[in-house]
Amino acid sequence: MSVEAAIPEGYVKVFSKPKALSDAKYTYCPGCHHGIITRLVAEAIDELGILERTVGISPVGCAVFLDRFFNCDFVQAAHGRACAVATGIKRARPDLVVFTYQGDGDLAAIGAAETVHAANRGENITVIFVNNGVYGMTGGEMAPTTLPGQRTTTTPLGREPRLHGYPLKISEMLAQLEGPAYITRQAVFDYRHIVRAKQAILKAFRNQLEGKGFSLVEILSTCPTNWRMTPVEAGRWVAEHVVKVYPLGDLKDVG
Amino acid sequence: MSRVLMRGNEAIAEAAIRSGLKCYFCYPITPQGELVEYMARELPKRGGVFLQAESEVAAINMVYGAAAAGVRAMTSSSSPGISLKQEGISYIAMARLPCVIVNMMRGGPGLGNIAPAQGDYFQATKGGGHGDYHLIVLAPSTVPEAAELVRLAFELSDRYRVPAMILADGMIGQMMEPVELPEPVEPEDIPERPWAVTGAKGRPKNVITSFDLEPEGLKEMSLALQETYREIERNEVRWEEVETEDAELLIVAYGTMGRIAKTVVRLARQEGIKVGLLRPITLWPFPYEPVRELAERVRTVLTVELSAGQMWEDVRLAVEGRAETPFYGELGGVVPSPKRILEEVRKYVG
Amino acid sequence: MPKGIVVVDKERCKGCGLCIEACPFGVLGFSSEYNSSGYRVVYMEHPDKCTGCAICANVCPDVALEVYRQEPTKEAA
Ligand SMILES: Cc1ncc(C[n+]2csc(CCOP(=O)(O)OP(=O)(O)O)c2C)c(N)n1
Ligand code: SF4
Ligand code: SF4
Ligand code: SF4
Ligand SMILES: [Mg+2]
Repeated sequence: MSVEAAIPEGYVKVFSKPKALSDAKYTYCPGCHHGIITRLVAEAIDELGILERTVGISPVGCAVFLDRFFNCDFVQAAHGRACAVATGIKRARPDLVVFTYQGDGDLAAIGAAETVHAANRGENITVIFVNNGVYGMTGGEMAPTTLPGQRTTTTPLGREPRLHGYPLKISEMLAQLEGPAYITRQAVFDYRHIVRAKQAILKAFRNQLEGKGFSLVEILSTCPTNWRMTPVEAGRWVAEHVVKVYPLGDLKDVG
Repeated sequence: MSRVLMRGNEAIAEAAIRSGLKCYFCYPITPQGELVEYMARELPKRGGVFLQAESEVAAINMVYGAAAAGVRAMTSSSSPGISLKQEGISYIAMARLPCVIVNMMRGGPGLGNIAPAQGDYFQATKGGGHGDYHLIVLAPSTVPEAAELVRLAFELSDRYRVPAMILADGMIGQMMEPVELPEPVEPEDIPERPWAVTGAKGRPKNVITSFDLEPEGLKEMSLALQETYREIERNEVRWEEVETEDAELLIVAYGTMGRIAKTVVRLARQEGIKVGLLRPITLWPFPYEPVRELAERVRTVLTVELSAGQMWEDVRLAVEGRAETPFYGELGGVVPSPKRILEEVRKYVG
Repeated sequence: MPKGIVVVDKERCKGCGLCIEACPFGVLGFSSEYNSSGYRVVYMEHPDKCTGCAICANVCPDVALEVYRQEPTKEAA
C-alpha cells in the first residue's frame, strides 16, 4: 500500500498482508470465512519461510481460484482428488512442502476415498479442510456435513437424517486411523479462535517439515450467501450451533 | 541394446523404467497384473516410486500430481479401470502434462471378460473423457514393438506435452517374445520442464491448471491444444505396410489383429490372392492419408477388428468411397483364426 | 496521538462489517464511500480510541486492513 507515507513517525506496522499472498483480490463473497482461512495459510507459509518450496493444490469449490491468491506454485485438482494429486507431487519431490485446501463437498463427499487413503498411508502432506456445511460454489446444496434440519437448496424442508444421512464427522473418522499424525478441528468466528486456528495450521505444516506425516486441520467456516445470513449472523451461527455438532479441539496428535 | 525373452507386460514395464520413469501408480486388474508386479519389484530398486492406489481414479490423479511436479510418470490398467481414469486424463490433457497410460484392453462393455479385445478404440482415440482432446495412441502388435513404443510414448508425450497411451490387450501382455530392450536414458536426455511445480524459487510461480472461467481465456487454451494436435497429425503418423504394392484387397488391422492379419496375407498370397495389409501403429493420429492412397489402387479395403467396428469408422473416413469398405469383427474376447479371416477375404476377391 | 492507526485498502474491502463488530473499542464504522466494486467501505469513525490491537485486521476476510501501532517510548517502557 502506498499510504505508508501518511503514517506519522513513531508507528510500526503490526499487521499487513502476508507475503505469500499476491495482490489479487479474493473471489469469495463478502464476509466469507474462506478469506480468513486462506490468509492464515499464507501467514503460516510466511512464518515458516517456505514460500519457495511450497506447492498448493486448489480444489473444485469456492477456493478454485486459490492459485491466483498465492505467490507459490499451484496445481488445480479435479473435484475431490486433491489428496491423490498431493500424493503424486510429494512422492515425486519429497523436498517440496505440499498442501491441499478443500471444501467439505470436495474432501468429505466426492473425495472421501482419496482423503481416507492418503490419511491412512500417512502421506506427509498438510490438508486444510474448510467445512461450511454446504456446497458453496454450486449454490448451497446439501453437503455431507450439513446439520440436521438445515435447509439447503436440495433439502428445502431441512436435512432429514433418515432420508439424507447424518452429518459426516470425517475428522473423527480419520482420527481412528493409525496413519495420520495430527487431526484437529478449529474455527475462525472470532479473534481468539483465529489465533488458535493459526497455531493449528502452523503445526500441520511443521509436522510435514519434520516428516511426521498426514496432518489435517478442519476449520468450521461460513457461507453467508447460501445460509442467507449476514456475515455477522453466520459467524454467530457457527459459534452457537455448528460447534455443538462438530466440537472443536484436537482429535489426534502424535506430538 | 540387450536381447531377452520377455512377456509383453514385463517388457512394457522394463522399457518404461529404462525410459526414466520416476513414478508409477496403479490399481490391480487383469490382464496387466505382471506389469504391476514387475513395477512393484523393480521400480523402487532403481530409484523410482511405486504406489498401489486405492482406485484407478486416485492412481491417475497421482500421475497428474507427479507429472505436474516434472517427473516421468505412468499408470497402467485395463478397460474398466481406464474408464475410471477418464476424468483425470481429461484434466491432464488440458493441463498439458506429459505422461504415459497403458491400456491392456479386455472384453467389454461392463465387467466383460479378460480375453483380448479392441472395444476401447473410440475411448482411446476420440478423447475418452469430457472436452475436446486427444491422446497420442500407440498400438503395438508384438512384444518388441511394445517395448519400442513405450520409449516413443514418453518421448512424444514430453515433446508435445500431450499424454500418450499404449493400447494393447492381454494377448500381447501375456505373450513371450525376444525383445531388444532400449538403452536406459540418462537424466540429461529427459527434456527440461520449466513449467513444472518445483517451488517458485528465483522464478515466478508456476500454475498447472485446466481451468479458465473466462470463455476467451479457455478458448485460447483450447486453440493452443488444437494447434499442437495439428502438429502431431503432420509429424507423427506411423504405420506399417505389408505387400501392398500389387494388392487388390487391403486389410486394415492393428495390434493383435494386425499381427494375425500378417499371417492372413501370407496364406492368401500362397493361394495367389493379392492381399496387402496396412497396420496403423499410431491410432491417433490415424494414418488417413496412407489408407486413402492405397484405397485409390485396391478394390476392397477390409477392416478387421476385435470390436463391432470402431476403427472401421476412421477407415471409411479415409477411403471416402474410393473402394468398397467391408468389415469383419469379433466380439466378447473371441479371437478369429487367420483361416477364418481368409474366408472373409475370399468373399471379396476373384 | 492515538495508539493505533488502521489503514483501509478501500478496493479490497467488501463492507462485510466483521471488523466493525470485532473491534473492542468501537473504532470502525461504515463510511459514506463506495469502492469500484460497489461495496461500502469501512473507516476509522473514532480514530482516537484505536489501540492498534489488530483484532479488526485478523477477522477481516479480505485482508483489507493494515494496522500500525505507536512504538512504546522509553518513558512508557
Ligand atoms: C466431478 C464434478 N462434480 C460436480 C462438480 C460441481 N461442483 C463444483 S463445486 C462443488 C461443490 C463444492 O462444495 P465444497 O467442496 O463444499 O466447497 P465450497 O464451495 O463450499 O467451499 C460441486 C459439486 C464438479 N465441478 N465436478
Ligand atoms: S458461496 Fe459461500 S462459501 Fe462460497 S465464497 Fe460465497 S459465502 Fe463463501
Ligand atoms: S486496531 Fe484494534 S482498536 Fe484499532 S480499530 Fe482495529 S480492532 Fe479496533
Ligand atoms: S472486515 Fe474487511 S472487508 Fe469486511 S468491512 Fe471490515 S475491512 Fe471491509
Ligand atoms: Mg462447502
